[in-house]
This record gives sequence, C-alpha cells and structure tokens, in this order.
Amino acid sequence: MTLTNADFAIEVAALHKSFGKVHALRGIDFAVPRGSVLGMLGPNGAGKTTAVRVLTTLLRPDSGRVIIEGYDVVRDAAAVRRRIGLAGQSTAIQLELTGRENLEIMGRLNHMPRSSVRGRAAELLERFDIADAADRPAKTYSGGMQRRLDLAASLVAEPSVLFLDEPTTGLDPYGRLGMWDIIRELVGRGTTLLLTTQYLDEADELASTIVVVDHGRVIASGTPNQLKDQVGGDLLEFTVPDRSRIDDAVTAVAGLSDSAPTVEAATRRLKVAVGSRGSTALVEAVRRLDAAGVVTEDLALHRPSLDDVFLAVTGHATEAAPETGSKARKNPAAGVPS
Amino acid sequence: MTAIAEPLNTRIRPSAVQMARWAISDSLVMTRRNLLVWLRVPAYIVFTVVQPVIFVLLFRYVFGGAIHTASAGGYVNYLMPGIIAQTAAFATFATAIALAQEATKGVIDRFRAMPMARSAVLAGRLIADSIRMLIVILVIIGVGYAVGFRFQNGVAGAIGMVLLAEAFGIAVCSVSAFVGLAIKDEESVQAFGLIWIFPLTFVSSAFVQVSTMPSWLQVFANNQPVTLVINAMRSMALGGPAFPLNPALWESVVWLAGALIVFVPLAVRSYRRVG
Repeated sequence: MTLTNADFAIEVAALHKSFGKVHALRGIDFAVPRGSVLGMLGPNGAGKTTAVRVLTTLLRPDSGRVIIEGYDVVRDAAAVRRRIGLAGQSTAIQLELTGRENLEIMGRLNHMPRSSVRGRAAELLERFDIADAADRPAKTYSGGMQRRLDLAASLVAEPSVLFLDEPTTGLDPYGRLGMWDIIRELVGRGTTLLLTTQYLDEADELASTIVVVDHGRVIASGTPNQLKDQVGGDLLEFTVPDRSRIDDAVTAVAGLSDSAPTVEAATRRLKVAVGSRGSTALVEAVRRLDAAGVVTEDLALHRPSLDDVFLAVTGHATEAAPETGSKARKNPAAGVPS
Repeated sequence: MTAIAEPLNTRIRPSAVQMARWAISDSLVMTRRNLLVWLRVPAYIVFTVVQPVIFVLLFRYVFGGAIHTASAGGYVNYLMPGIIAQTAAFATFATAIALAQEATKGVIDRFRAMPMARSAVLAGRLIADSIRMLIVILVIIGVGYAVGFRFQNGVAGAIGMVLLAEAFGIAVCSVSAFVGLAIKDEESVQAFGLIWIFPLTFVSSAFVQVSTMPSWLQVFANNQPVTLVINAMRSMALGGPAFPLNPALWESVVWLAGALIVFVPLAVRSYRRVG
C-alpha cells in the first residue's frame, strides 16, 4: 500500500455502536480513497444506516474511530459538517416550499453569502433538471424529481464527501437510472461518495469498492469484479432440446471459460461459469452455437445477486430480503456455489 | 487495513462572536421558512384561525346565555381572555406535528449534519410559532370586538394581557416541542398532542367561574396554571386588583418560567436524540 492517510477521505477503524442489547455495529473497518465511490451493500438491518449516521456526526460511536477529510467525527464534528453532504432514505425537503426556496434555505443555513446562494440554487436546479418546476411547490413534483431535489439540497454547499443512504429505494426503474446518471456525474467532478444499497447491481454500477455488511460486520470487501468472482461470477445457462446435440453444444461453448460447462442430463440444461465477462460471453456463445448449428432454448445470463453474494460469503441467504429481484432466487438454485 | 494515525487537522473553532451571529441568522432563516410553510397551506391557516373564531361565536351566542358571571360588560368580556389563552395553547398543536414530521422525514438529520447552529431548529420553530400565535390572537380580539368585547383597563392592560398570553403560548409550545420530538410518530402526535391540553383549558376559569364546579374539581381548577394565567389576563384586560400586585400574575410567571426551565432542556435533549 502506497496510500498515506492524506489520500483517504474517509477512514473508519474498529467502529462499535450498540442500542441497548442490539449491537448495530460490531467492529467496522474500511477506508475510502479521495474521489472514489464506496458501495456499502447489505440487507435491511445490517447496520448500514447506523454506520452512515455515525460517519455524518449524527450518532456518537461507542468505540472506534472515524476520520473524515482529516477530522475526527466526534472531536471535530463541526469541521466534519462543513465538508459533508447527506441524503437520507426519505426525502428531507419541505414539500410546501418551491424547489428554489428549498435550495436557497440550505445555502443560507450552510452560511454561504447571500449573493452566491441564488446563483448556486439556480445552477443546481438547472443541472438536476428541475429548472422548469423551480418555482412550484415541491409537493407537485414526481417522486424522481423530489429525490433529485433532495440530492441537490445536500450538494448546495459543495461538500467534498457525500453520503447517500439508499438513494434509489422506492424509485421506479426510470427514476433509478436517472439517479445513477446524476451520481456518476458527481463522481466525475471528484466528490468522494459513500452510498448504501441493498442491490448488488447498483453497487456494481456505481462503486469502485464494495464492502458487504451483515449483522454489523464487514463480511467481504473488494472491487465489484472481485466480489462477483468470489460468488462465481456470471452464469450462462441454456437448454438443448435435441438430446443428441448436447455434446456438440458442450464443444461449442467449451472455450468460453476456464471451467468446463456442466450438463444436467435430465433437463438437458447446460451451465457455463463465465466470470465477469457476462455479455461478451453471451454474444460469443450465441455465435458459436449458431455456427455449430445447435438449436437452444431459454438462453440466459444469470447475474449474481446480493443473495448469491451472501450465500457465497456467509453460507446463508439474506434474512431481510430486498423487495425486488430476489424472490426467484430465494431457493438455493442449482449451480450456485455454497 | 491501514492503521489510522492521529487526525491530520487540528481543531479550528469559530470565535464566540461568529457562533452567536450564526445562531441568530440561522434561527431567523428557520423562522422565515416555518412562516412561509404556514402561509402556503390554507388548511393550516383555516385550522389555526377559524377554529378559535367558532369558539368565540359558540360561547358568545350558544352557551353564553346560560353562563352567569359578574363581569363588567357581561359574559363576552369574561369569555375573551379565556378564549385567547385557549387559542394560544391549541396553536402549539402545530408545533408538535411539525417537529414530529421533521424528525421522521429525516429533515432534522440533515440539519444536524450541517454546520448550522444547533439551537436554530428549535429556536426558529418557537419564534415562528409565537409570531403565528400573535397574529391569531389579534384576529380573535378583532372578532371579539365585533361581538361586543371591550378592554376595560386601558391600553397598558390590553398589551399586558396579550404579552401574558404570548408568554403562556411559548411555555406550552416548549411542552409541545418536547411531545413532538419525543413521540415522533405523526399519527400518535395527532392523537396525543392535544389531549393533555383539554382538561387544562376546560377545567379552568376559561369559560365558567370555578365556583360553579363541584368542590373536588375546584381544588384542581383553582390551583392549575391555566386558571392562574387566565385570571391574571382577565385582571389586566378588565381591571380588578391593581395588576402589578395581583398574586395570580406572579404565580403565573413562576409557573411559566418553571415550564420553560423543565421543557426547553427536555426538548433540546429529544432533538439531539432524534433518530
């Protein structure tokens, strides 16, 4: 490691926090290099929100240490607050006020000079695509717009470290993609970001490093690809209706992966672990099978989910499953390493 | 994992003067924000203004004929100080609701993670609510004048009565702020936010003379703070014992100071513990 402390925007060591008998955090460690994105992944109740609350000076830790941009969150909370932005799980904007009023009030409360508040609010409204509705009460906004305004409110004072607690929970797929675009743009501007999520695809999409949290501990960490490789990566699956062609199919796709394809004879189903090269492998598989003249059915790419990560790392599925995308995979599916 | 060294940066503390300036300007920003929200929602204005007007009309014209008091100028003069005190107390319901909403929606979390003065959320709430209360009290006095109420004790007495009503309202506000932040759940606040105020305002001298109540109830009614406050307001509005010497006034002041001393710190404590 050639990184020094000066290269980290967030450093967390041996963080503990209990509420009575509930141990929300039981020794969390991680560090986030300046300008990078840390995705904190875990099911409901894993301790993600508690961690964010400690990191943003809202809760005092029982023990351990958190340094944000060189300042201790307990001893120098005021200095930390001047450098961070927080967008929580619910939209913390005043719905009766207009988008512009909401942002201008944030600017004033961040002690920005009156003269720069107006310009900053207008710039954010423009950037977050709320300019047309800037002078309407926020309660007339769509859910996605309210979320964007909420995020804008956390950015008024140009924080160098931004905390987003489940930024897309409750958004429709369209709103979710819009939020992803905005987050990518922020990162492009050099903001250090910590985001919590229940969705592996979201962490995969946005984060440079992921820490997986369960029962108040970090149970795995690494880049998205490292984590997926730990799970076994993407799985390519298809059925060959004509039993006599199975061997040809195996030959055709054999070169796609280091590991040999597995065949379930009874169902005539083939599975190939293709690591993190999912879509490339999918295209290549179609091309080779077509060239070999093998007809397939139900060709699909199975991407590892949060549940798969949990199965691989802890040997149990998430106890509080996320609302979507996991039901079908709750039953330990064949082919998932355990 | 790299071990964490001592923080690189040493503490930089703004001067006390700077902190005080921020505390004032942040409180004013919050005050303005809260008043703006109140003005934006017609339902709030209707609830806070129309409801006390209905009480004035109801007691003046429906119940009033059956209630006998010895006040100069008749029952309407007896009634108005009581209605005004009740209005101030009921107005604090909105304090509890607003703070509970802000606590559950994460608004207070966001404020607490910002460099704004820690005192500004509560201070801005109390200042905005006392301004709102003053507006409503003045409207009610106007309605009172339309139905026959007249101050009997000069301008100083009238101003004194309004100021005492405000002080009473602010004290009740501090209790409501604590209730809102401690309960946090908006529906529970809807249910419990006013319940404790009802016996205090109705089992008092607000609408009827305490001497008409059963003797066991008089013990409570005569000694509880709302009666003391209303008696002091009445003596300022209508005359009576020379008002700086009226014991009810000093007992009221002691009660109100006591309420503030107990409930402001409790509200601040719940504010710190939100979430």
